[in-house]
Amino acid sequence: MQFGNRRKKLIVNAQTEQLYGHCLQFYSQSPTENISLSEFETFAVERLKLLKTVENLGVSYVKTSEQYTKKLDTEFSSLNFPFRSEKSSSGPSEYEKRRKDHISHFILRLAYCQTEDLRRWFIQQEIDLFRYRFNCLNSKSKREFLHLNNLRYDTVSVMEKTNLAEKLINSSFAVSGITVEDQDFYKVPFQDALDLVRTRKVYLKEGFVYVPHMEIVTIVLNDFRTRLSKALALTARSLPAVQSDERLQPLLNHLSHAYVGQDYSIQKSIGKISLDQIETLSAKSYPLCMRQLHRALRESHHLRHGGRMQYGLFLKGVGLTLDQALQFWRSEFVKGKVDADKFDKAYAYSIRHMFGKEGKRTDYTPYSCMKVILSNPPSQGDHHGCPFRHTDPELLKQKLQSYKVSPGGMSLMLSLVVFYFSYQTKCFCSVQIEDSGFSLNHPNQYFLESQKLLGGPGAVAGGKGDVKREDIATPKPSNVARKNTLVSSLRNRHQVTGPQLAASLTCTLKTPVSTSTVLPLSNVF
Amino acid sequence: MPAAVYDQASLPDLLPLYYRRLFPFSQYYRWLNYGGVTKNYFQNREFSFTLKDDIYVRYQSFSTQSELEKEMQKMNPYKIDIGAVYSHRPNQHNTVKSGCFQALEKELVFDIDMTDYDDVRSCCSAADICPKCWPLMTIAIRILDRALREDFGFRHCLWVYSGRRGIHCWVCDEAARKLSVAARSAVAEYLSLVKGGEETVRKVVLTDPIHPFIRESLAVVEHYFTQYALLGQDILGSKEATDKVLVLTEPAHVKKELLIEFKTEKNPERRWGRLTTMAQNKRTTVKKGHYFEKEIMLQYCYPRLDVNVSKGVNHLLKSPFSVHPKTGRISVPIDLRELDRFNPFEVPTISLICEELDLPKMAGEEEDQEDPKENDKEAGERRKIRDYKRTSLAKYVKLFDQFLEEMARSRKGELIKKSEPQLEF
Repeated sequence: MQFGNRRKKLIVNAQTEQLYGHCLQFYSQSPTENISLSEFETFAVERLKLLKTVENLGVSYVKTSEQYTKKLDTEFSSLNFPFRSEKSSSGPSEYEKRRKDHISHFILRLAYCQTEDLRRWFIQQEIDLFRYRFNCLNSKSKREFLHLNNLRYDTVSVMEKTNLAEKLINSSFAVSGITVEDQDFYKVPFQDALDLVRTRKVYLKEGFVYVPHMEIVTIVLNDFRTRLSKALALTARSLPAVQSDERLQPLLNHLSHAYVGQDYSIQKSIGKISLDQIETLSAKSYPLCMRQLHRALRESHHLRHGGRMQYGLFLKGVGLTLDQALQFWRSEFVKGKVDADKFDKAYAYSIRHMFGKEGKRTDYTPYSCMKVILSNPPSQGDHHGCPFRHTDPELLKQKLQSYKVSPGGMSLMLSLVVFYFSYQTKCFCSVQIEDSGFSLNHPNQYFLESQKLLGGPGAVAGGKGDVKREDIATPKPSNVARKNTLVSSLRNRHQVTGPQLAASLTCTLKTPVSTSTVLPLSNVF
Repeated sequence: MPAAVYDQASLPDLLPLYYRRLFPFSQYYRWLNYGGVTKNYFQNREFSFTLKDDIYVRYQSFSTQSELEKEMQKMNPYKIDIGAVYSHRPNQHNTVKSGCFQALEKELVFDIDMTDYDDVRSCCSAADICPKCWPLMTIAIRILDRALREDFGFRHCLWVYSGRRGIHCWVCDEAARKLSVAARSAVAEYLSLVKGGEETVRKVVLTDPIHPFIRESLAVVEHYFTQYALLGQDILGSKEATDKVLVLTEPAHVKKELLIEFKTEKNPERRWGRLTTMAQNKRTTVKKGHYFEKEIMLQYCYPRLDVNVSKGVNHLLKSPFSVHPKTGRISVPIDLRELDRFNPFEVPTISLICEELDLPKMAGEEEDQEDPKENDKEAGERRKIRDYKRTSLAKYVKLFDQFLEEMARSRKGELIKKSEPQLEF
């Protein structure tokens, strides 16, 4: 690969030149360099953020619309992924972006190869991402990409095109007489264009589909999907070896549990919770982040935007109706510096917006743990976020000590907490019920599980506190669990109080999982 | 010829005779061996047998034609299914490491079942068929065979009568056998136009532009529509039937207008003419295409295939030349050159052909002299070959032979193409 003079200063070996010679790639070669664990984590998390954005935007907008493209553009630049082969597409920063794109894709393969559901989700988002990026390329770049990846498609001769003109026009809504005249058509074996065949959106003759140049992306996508599917199957087979690396296991687990779950926006319990139950519920079944927000609201009769969103959507997930929510927030704010009129003018709108009654009427979904942890970190005066992530450990300890604990209920849930710590001592909170494979990744999930354990809504009203769950089986050997004395008390079914938890929290905080911070990727992939 | 009435109870007596003297083993082996091009192709093929008392055995496989014959003659299966070619011998699949035993290839297959048309045929229902509704199968074969050949480029499609209420298609091209699950599913979807179950009234929806595939299929349907639907099925005869048709017209006023016209016009063909004209008029006046007359034709006639049968690489399908236990009919290949004359009620039953075996030799056969140089085994083979020729099964085996010959020619052509040096101009 020949690069322009601007590249002279960069020392790049032949292989990386080939890998990163184009801003888009098929990810056919796995990375082999050494990277630091912190880069490993950052890359993975940022790509996941990107894919999650792709997913969300794909739900809200048509995938080829302008808004979709614009919003995805913004996310790309903010996360530093390569996009648009622009004139200034050479230089170390572009190289760095492409490297990140490459490595992060492979890391996420590890996290998402294990089950059908995970694979399906990952493939879907990567395809959407690829489609967006391919469509952003100019004609020359597209051809370059096809050439680099040995995707050669036979061109249909002008004579054949003319003979088949009517059939070509009738095969696809997008193809007009002008298209037939102006554009090249390619003959592709139908096996490489299954999406077009399945929906009968293309002319098919003698086993070949006749695709106009503008549709070539579908063919490329089909190829991409096939490759990725095969690769994931292969990755799954080599996964056990990778998972045995203690440093990687917690991160990979967390990544794969993060996004593929329900969004708790459709609630069977809608309207079944009454406002006077909220106080009790908050003590019994709120996860720590929501309990914190609720407390802050009660004390200061106010919450800032981030807190209102996080707590407000959580309440929606719990089952509050719009009217109840309005009443709840108004009653609290009015006790503070806001009078009823101001509330109606300034705050009511945003609550109605949350419920999809204003603006573009998106029915927002309650935030998952990952979202709470990763986006919108709290600043001074905020109470939102994740306490395990955003609170100073000493302060967290104090908080836990101060929480009044009732037998069963929340204390039990708290006592089941096992903490994962990354090598950067940033905390990924993962609540696990030993051996059941249960993993917490959504505050509303915590609420529901807690309610289930307490015997349902009846438990709230009657104040029943006994735990239904009988068995805590022998724990599987888990690296992190071994380091945590909390688990041994679980085995004895002792209930752990807040202070006990706080005490154990201190000791786990001090023990990093592993001392080495460099990861040779050739061992991983 | 004495009419041999088939009785399921006599199967235990008939089957041994069938498998010993009539089943075309050498052609069968020739088919599934595919010229021996791929190693172990026959050996790794799964067969499944349904034995007496509904005992079902899977993962049967055989090393040679002789082994296949011996086993079948020993087990006398009521039903034979053919499955996929696997990575290992199916009868050893338990010895293979978990996850390694994989289905690799299989013919692309289609199964059309008359039961799936119950909502649009008035003469029969469920497992019954009659000459009035059989044309549906004829239409299906014409439409699908054309598409498989002209659109997909497949050249070796074996159409087989299932023995009771439907037809099967075995697409034997090498490319077809190598198709993935996703590809099979895509082919089946491409060929599907009638969608929806009990809850759906309008099962065919056409929008602009009308794809060439649909146009071609419509041409076939139009060819048969008058005779089959208007006259045979009388879909615009009785009030009940007519209402069912009118419900598929749109917009609403069309139905009203036609009902009024039908008060005086009782002739089904003319009624259809009115309906068609109305649809065509609608198209010239309104921007959006109304194709309801085409949709009606397709809903009543277009092939309804079961996508799930075609999707799976490991899906087991009834074998050609298998007996249908309920009807006794042999699952025979259908001659596409004589398609319109095919009559499922004339397909030989096992009792018929067994009876034909016992008939005294006909005049022409006296000339078959025993060759003194032949040994017993060869003589036995020859006798067996002569045996089926004496029965009604003969013409179907011949058809099968022709099909196999075509494939062999094709294979030779491919080999020649591959071995010839590239010519430069």
